[in-house]
Order: sequence, then structure tokens, then C-alpha cells
Amino acid sequence: MHNVATIFRREFASYFATPLALVFIVIFLVLAGAFAFYLGGFYERGQADLAPFFNYHPWLYLFLIPALSMRLWAEERKAGTIELLSTLPITLGQAVIGKFLAAWCFAGLALALTFPIWITVNYLGSPDNGAILAAYVGSLLMAGGFLAIGACMSATTSNQVIAFIFTVVICFGFLLSGFPMVLGLFQGWAPQAVIDAVASLSFLTHFNSISKGVIDLRDLLYFGTLIAVWLAATAIVLDMKKAD
Amino acid sequence: MIEINHLTKRYGGLTAVDDLSFSVQPGEVLGFLGPNGAGKSTTMKMITGFLAPTSGSVSVCGHDVDAAPLAAKACMGYLPEGAPAYGEMTVRGFLSFIADVRGLSGERRKQRLDDVTGRLALGSVQEQMIETLSKGFKRRVGLAQALLHDPPVLILDEPTDGLDPNQKHEVRTLINAMAKDKIIVISTHILEEVDAVCNRAIIIANGRILADDTPQKLAQRAPSGRLDEVFRSITTAAAPANHQGAVAHA
Repeated sequence: MHNVATIFRREFASYFATPLALVFIVIFLVLAGAFAFYLGGFYERGQADLAPFFNYHPWLYLFLIPALSMRLWAEERKAGTIELLSTLPITLGQAVIGKFLAAWCFAGLALALTFPIWITVNYLGSPDNGAILAAYVGSLLMAGGFLAIGACMSATTSNQVIAFIFTVVICFGFLLSGFPMVLGLFQGWAPQAVIDAVASLSFLTHFNSISKGVIDLRDLLYFGTLIAVWLAATAIVLDMKKAD
Repeated sequence: MIEINHLTKRYGGLTAVDDLSFSVQPGEVLGFLGPNGAGKSTTMKMITGFLAPTSGSVSVCGHDVDAAPLAAKACMGYLPEGAPAYGEMTVRGFLSFIADVRGLSGERRKQRLDDVTGRLALGSVQEQMIETLSKGFKRRVGLAQALLHDPPVLILDEPTDGLDPNQKHEVRTLINAMAKDKIIVISTHILEEVDAVCNRAIIIANGRILADDTPQKLAQRAPSGRLDEVFRSITTAAAPANHQGAVAHA
């Protein structure tokens, strides 16, 4: 636990040592606002809720979260610090978890800084604040899922651009796995159970059900399992190919 | 002590380290010599637990590196090749991070941090970001990181690479001062360094030990009594056809 906290602190601080933190947060807030107001028609709908704001989070995350996660391990490989890190008396699991939590907290911070829109909607009307809170939780969980996938992709390469592209592609697959575009790949040859399983992997389905204000145990379990599986994969990838 | 038993590392068809066995006792400063690509760094990476050997075993301070990696790593300080460090951190921030990971706290932590910053003359760059430092300072930050917890075993991969003659001299003085009750393994291709700090030298090429002796006795093997001649004659004679390019280049 102590080691996870040490890795976490170093990693979290490293976001703020470069302009990365500022650039990421500003772009995230601007885009989140622009999507909600222009594409989502926040005012025009005349409803006191944040649906137009949260509806665009999956798409926003699709490009922004890989930008955050691509450096997690690829940079360690490039700079050779992976050798330093893996010869310190910490386990690989502690390093993987500490770094992931730092990235997740950072994403959570960016998400928390969208609070003015919550104040705005409360000023304009009387929204269901419970549902808004649930949607925030759902959004944070989804960000964690994207980040865990990104951590694993980052562990496979020393090239951050490759890590970025792989992460976008895989996350896109997970986002759309409930849609005909992905399911079509399986229809015709795979049994119905497999198609249902693939469909149930969709980020969108689980996120949408949480953002309606219902925190279902199955959705929590889904994101929890997703994060755990991808982090385990990260550790396995790192262990298999440490040197190159 | 360090015990290495039949250590082998293969990458596909290439054998980087070939059935290496030796042990190092406290008080020994072992110079690891060899041409580029001889397997020096690969051996050090396996001793420190970064790379898993294809076969064979390493034990450090009685802890098997494969079976008890954390205990083995805790008693080692390691300067990897190129002295990697987190460029966006300040020297102070980086050393504090290492102190935290090494479990140093309270008065001892402060005393150890002061000790290494003093010994390696890092006081003037404490608040500077590591990526803005010169090569010599970066190397010294790497050394400070390895020495921080005052480990009984030090593995230093080219500790004086990139240092100017004065800094080289200071690092050698530092190694000599610590040598008495520690195990120190350094890799280098600067032969005068072996004379200056080592009381034992192992010459390897193509992953095999070609000579293991004191630097003085090794030097006597050449008519001129010069270590570099011994080095050249041993390592070029051992090079098989497919390695000649690399050796000639070195």
C-alpha cells in the first residue's frame, strides 16, 4: 500500500510538472462545454438535466483519454526509467496500480472541474441531483475503463503515438460493441450467446444505464472487471517484454 | 555476497550470456570488462532482477533474485546503463521519491539525502529539473539514487561515462571510500579505471568469462605489462567470425 501511494504521488505530480495537465484540463473543459451547449442543445431543450453534457462524454474520452494514457508506460520504456522502476523493491502490480490510479485521479480532477455546468443547471431549474451524481460516477468509471485499456496499450510499445492509436481503436470497438457495425462481424457464424456477450461489453450500454440515474450492481461490476482485466494484462505485457 | 550459477540469456538464436558462474565477496570491487555487446549489461540486468535469465540463477545477500526479488532488490543499489531518471522531476524530488520507495524515513532519511547530495556535489542543482542537467550531473544523480539507502551491494553500469576527468577522479575516490565492506560491481571499458578502483577484474566476450584475476596479475600477462594489451589480445582471439564486425568496431 505504501509503495502504491509512493508511485501514485510521483506519477500524479508528473502531470503537473509539464504543461500536460493544463493543456488537458483546458481542452477537456472547452470541448465538454462546447459539446453540451452546441451539439447537445443544452438551452434549446428547455430541460433541467445534464443529459446533453454526459451524452458526449464517451466520444470526448475516445480521443482525450488515450492522450492521457499513452505516456504511462511508453515513456518509461523510451526514457529507460522502466529499468530503474523495476529494479526498485516494489512489485510490478504496485507500479501498475499506482500509475493507473494517478491517471484516473487526474481524469477525475478534470471531470470534477466541470462543476460550473452543474451549478448552472441548478440555477436555471431544479434537476434531479441524484441522477447527475450517478452520471458523474458512471462517467468516472468509463474514464477508468478507457485508461486501463490505454495503460495496457502503452505497455506494449515505447512509441506513444502507436499507443494512442491502438487505444483509440480498441476503445472505439468497446464503445460500439453493442452496435450493428461490430455485431455484424459476428452475426452469421457465431452462436447467439457470443453475440449477446459481445453486445453486453459495450461501454455505451453500461454508461447510459448509469447516467439515467440507476447505479446497477451489474454496471459497477462491468467497469470494475474491465479495469481489473486490462490492468492484469498490463502487468503480463510488462513482465513478458521488459527490455525492449 | 553475490552468487551466480550457470547464468544464461538467449534472445532467439543469439546467446548474450553463456553459462556464466562466479561469486563476489564483501570487500571486492569487481570490474566487469569486455567489448561492446559482450554481455556486461545483460548480466547486470539479470543480477538486479530486471531481466529474467533463460536458465541459471543469481542470489544476492542470500536472496534468490527470482524467488525473493523484493528482498534481493532491497539490498542492491543499481545504476542502469545511461543513468535513466525521470526528466520532469527536480533532483530533490527524484531523490525523495527514491527515498520513499526505499522506505527511508525520519532522521535517517534526512541524513542519507544530505550525505549523497554532499558526496556527489548535487547541492547546486537540487531544484533543477533533471532533463535540463548536463550529462555529468545526470550521471551523478543516477549514482546518488543508487547509493541512497547505503546498500551492501552496488551494481554500477558505466558509472563514469560522460564525466570529465575531475568528476571521474571523484567518483573513483567515492568508490574506493565505500569499497571496504561492500560488494561493488562496475562495468566499464575504460581500462585505467579498473587499475584505479578494482581489486578484481573479469573480462568477458560473447557472454563467456575469458579471464578472472586481479588487475595487476592480468596486466602481467602481456610482455609490456599493460592491461589494454591483455584486453585486446584476449578479446580479439576469442571472437568468432560472426562477432568480428562488432569487435573491430569496438
